[in-house]
This record gives sequence, structure tokens and C-alpha cells, in this order.
Amino acid sequence: MRSADYVIKRGFFALVTVFVAITINFFLFRVLPGNAVTNLSRVPKASPQLRHALIVEFGLDKPKWQQYLIYLRELFHGNMGISFANQQPVSHLLIADLKNTIPMVTVGTVAAIVVGVATGVLSAWRRGTVPDHLSTNGAIFFYAFPTQWLGLVLLIIFAGYLPAAGMSDPFLFGAEPFWPHLIDIGKHMILPAATLMLTAYGSYTLVVRSSMLETLGEDYVLTARAKGLPDRRIVRRHAFRNALLPMVTLVALDLGYIVGGALLIEVIFSWPGIGLAMYDAIGQRDYPMLQGGFLILTLAVIILNFAADLIYFRLDPRISQ
Amino acid sequence: MTLPLQDPQLAVETGGQPSTRSGFFRTVLRERKAAVVGLSIIVFFVLLSIVAPYISPYSITQQTCAVFAPPSGAHWLGCDDGGIDMLSELMQGGRISLVVGFAATLVAMIIGGGVGILSGYFSGWIDIGLMRITDYLLVIPDLVLMIVIADVWGASLFHVIIVIGILEWTSTARIIRAQVMSVRERVYVKRTRAMGASNTRIIWKHILPQVGPLLIANTVLTIAIAIYLETALAFLGLEDPTVTTWGTILENAFQRTAISSGAWWAIVPAGLVIAAVIVGCFLFGQAVEDALNPRLKAANLSVRRWRLRPLVGRGRDAI
Repeated sequence: MRSADYVIKRGFFALVTVFVAITINFFLFRVLPGNAVTNLSRVPKASPQLRHALIVEFGLDKPKWQQYLIYLRELFHGNMGISFANQQPVSHLLIADLKNTIPMVTVGTVAAIVVGVATGVLSAWRRGTVPDHLSTNGAIFFYAFPTQWLGLVLLIIFAGYLPAAGMSDPFLFGAEPFWPHLIDIGKHMILPAATLMLTAYGSYTLVVRSSMLETLGEDYVLTARAKGLPDRRIVRRHAFRNALLPMVTLVALDLGYIVGGALLIEVIFSWPGIGLAMYDAIGQRDYPMLQGGFLILTLAVIILNFAADLIYFRLDPRISQ
Repeated sequence: MTLPLQDPQLAVETGGQPSTRSGFFRTVLRERKAAVVGLSIIVFFVLLSIVAPYISPYSITQQTCAVFAPPSGAHWLGCDDGGIDMLSELMQGGRISLVVGFAATLVAMIIGGGVGILSGYFSGWIDIGLMRITDYLLVIPDLVLMIVIADVWGASLFHVIIVIGILEWTSTARIIRAQVMSVRERVYVKRTRAMGASNTRIIWKHILPQVGPLLIANTVLTIAIAIYLETALAFLGLEDPTVTTWGTILENAFQRTAISSGAWWAIVPAGLVIAAVIVGCFLFGQAVEDALNPRLKAANLSVRRWRLRPLVGRGRDAI
């Protein structure tokens, strides 16, 4: 009963957040000065007639609430508008981009979690030693470096050895066998995913370290030690599992930050994902694309946050008390 | 006689010793090396930015050497794509980066501190309403939203400051709220209220001074975030194109083929100074926060991420 309550509560929260994001997206254009027409009609000799025709075409002459309802209705039908830049439906373009973004971000995030947990556990286990200082200080520094700077530095170092731009080699394109193509994409993914890993792992290290230190001080660890269990077993079976709990929340919290970082990384490495699409949209003043990108990324973060809530609840039922 | 009057929470915070508020920062600086290092870094860069126009070796608007000239005796950090001395650019670019960082943080602190105090002091529907807004904003990816707002609004320094300020107050509001809720329940506040003090007076005279140090710790941490976000927005071309900041230095280097020219000196130093300022803010803010709030030493809350949200009990007494 309680768990059902919890799920419903979090689900409701996620739904309302989606609604808030959609509303922000809509009102941004109406609150800030200027609108799509201001920019489009910036051509020399734009007549008032042209301006008026554009306003009518975009439906901007209708009252705000009516525009809002139309916007909501179209959104529920999957219509996110037409890109100004190439006259394609935004939803089609962005879904194609999303398919490229997801693998890169997943690989980078998983790598960050693995490296963060490994260094964090090592730090806590060997507290106060040289490895501890190295990994803690390293974590703080990588955490502070701007994402785009890390990407550029990796680019300088590895430019000759690893593919530096795009997602696949254009010369391999076509009816190639499956494996060479996959390996090619994998090679292109190394630098972007590594950048994402380096920007994200630092906070995981620090959290796992302090969480491990805390669990190592718990009574049940003392009991395990009193039973004469070997050190390795205590760390692995008793402390480690409980120390991992905060990671679930932290990863969920980090998603917004990771999405922002991924956006910068895609720009640097020309990875054809949503981030690059949004960057191009900035340059081309392609507002429907920009808003669509914001909406899809926000939806992704909200859904994953909800998933993390549910996972956390399963892992630690104490939360409902 | 004194025992029943003593508030245990107050005893924890000051380490059991009576101390004045200005004494608090002195204690932190004396006892925590990290705080000293952090504060020195911040002070160094602030002083550098103040004197930068007078001591920077070259002008940042005139070509003084060859395009992408490597570091040399005359130009310690080499030159950028326009033949402008990198060292001078870094020194003067820091001015605007820091101004954006401080100004955006000021906006964020006013909103975050205000929301936190109102929400923590007046529980009930004000609290519920404000915290809901905070929760929604916490989930929405901030950099992505900033990009949309900054682009629609137009690229300018002022817009960058406001956009960062209005989106980075959420974690501050949460932390301040938790602190206010505990201060509100202290005996002396209750007595003041019993003597007939108004809400305004209690907030200004008793709540604000108590949450002041925590607000300062948060301010310092938010400065780091604001500087980071400024560089990200500048990198995406959303900063005023006529100014030089640490962010636009990176953007220029990326846009104008510094990498294919092998001009690492146009990229590496800028990232190092940004990281130095961020680490400085992080060390100082973290040390003050640790000293103030023993609960933050608990595992899950010890690291201040860009955001902070309660781990357990998202209800009333969550941090």
C-alpha cells in the first residue's frame, strides 16, 4: 500500500514537471521581447504586409490562451513544429538525433560510474595514503575543469590517433558488413565518451568515498570484523553494497548536468546528436528546433529521474517511512 | 542554571565555545587549511582582475605579434588567432568572467535566500508553493534551459547574468530553508516572539544573522557554478561577441582553428585559470559549509554537486 502511494506520488510529480517544462517552453516566446516573426522579417524592405502575413501564418494574432491550447494539442499529437532551417518536421529530426546521443551518453555515464566507484572505494579503503590523496585531488580537479576545455585538450592530445569528428567514417558508409561499421562507430565514440566520463566521475568518487567511510564505521561492519572475516570480504559484501545507495540518487541528480555536458561535447566532436542539433539551431535562429531539443532533453531527464526514484525505492524501502 | 537554557544545536555549531560571528570565519580559516587555500586563490584572482588593465603587458584590442605565435620571452603565453597576446587576454578576460560570476550569484542569492527564508519561516502554503517551484526547477536541465532563454532573448552580458541568476538559486533555497526551520524553533526566537516582536523583526534581527554564514558558504559555491556556466554559454556563442571573457577565449580558439594550428597555448591556460577559480571557491565554500552544518558531513550530502536534493524523506524536514 505504502509503496503504491510512493510510486503514485513520484509519478504525479514527474507528470507535473513535464507540464511545467512544456509551459515554460511555450511562454518563453511570449514573455520575452520579440518573436519568431521579428527575426524572419528582418530581410531588407520587409513590408508591413509581409510581417502581417507571417503573424497570421504562425497564428500569433490569436489570443494567448488559444495559442497555448493549440500548442498543447499539437504536442500531444507529436507535432513539434517545422524546422526553419530545412523545412523538416522537428520531431523526426530530433528522434534521429536522439538515437545518436543515447549510446554516447550511456557509454560515458557508465564509464564515469565505474571509474568513480572504483576510485572512491580505493580511497576509502586506503584512507590517508598516497592513492587516497591522488584520487581525491584528481576528482576535485576533473570536477572543476570546464567540459568544453577537457574536450579540446583531449582533441589536441589524440587528434592524430583517434577519429576526432563525426560518428562514423563517411567512406565506410553504405552496404558495409555490420561489424566493421560498429567498430568504426566505437572508435569515433572513444573521445566524446571519455570527455563525458572525465567531467562526471569526480563527484562520484567523492560521494562513494565518504559513503564508504560512513558504512565502514557502522556496527555491522564491526560485527563482521569481530567474526574474523577477511578484510576484502568485509569491504565487498558488507560495506560496498550499502555505500552504493547514494549513487542512485546522485546519478539521477547528475542527469541534468550530464545532458548539458553532452551538449558541449557533441559540439566539440561534431557528434550528430541533439546537442549538436541545438547548437546549429542557435546559429540559424531555428527556434522550433531549439525548443524541441529543450523539450526532448527535459523529458528524458524527468523520465530517468522518475526511474531512479523507483529504483531507489526498491533498493532502500526505508524511504517510505 | 545555564544548562537548560543552552541550545544543543548552537553548541554543536560553535564547537561548544562561545564565538562571535566574525570570529567564526577566523576559526574556520585557522582550523581548515583548505579554506585558507581556497580564499587565497579567490583573493588572488579578484586582485588580479582589479589591477589587470594597468599591469597587463599588451593591449587586447591591438595586434602585437604574429597569428598563433608560440610562447616566447616577449609573449609568455603566445598569441591567439588575431595576433593578440594571450596573457593580457587572460588577465583582462578574468575581469568580466568574475563580474558575471559575482553578479549572477548575487541575483541567485537574493532569490534563493529570500525563497529559503520565507519558505522556512512561514510554513504552510507559502512553503509548499515555493518548494514545489524549486522542485520543478531542480529537475529541468539548467544549461539547456539557459541556452533556450539566452538565445531567444539575445546575446548580451546582462542577459547572461540574469539567465544564470534566475536558474541557479534552487539548491541555496533548500539549504537555507532547512537552516531557517531549525533556527525558528530555538528558544530565544520563541521568547522574542512571545515578547511581541513582529515577523519582519525576527527575520532581520534573528534569523538572517544566523543563516548568514551558511548563505556566504553557498554564495561562494554558486560563484563557481556561475563562472562555469558563463564559459559554457560563451562557448555556444551566447555571450556578447564584443567582450573578452575566459569563456569567449575558449570559444575563439575552438572556432578559429587553434587545434588544427597546433596552438595549445590558446586553449590550455584559459581552462587552468577557470579550474583554479572553481577549485578555490569549492574549497572555501565547502570548508565553511562543513564547519557550519555537521549534517553535511553525512555521506550522501557531503559533496556539493551542482544541485543538492534530499536523499531520504522528501518531506518537511529534508535538507
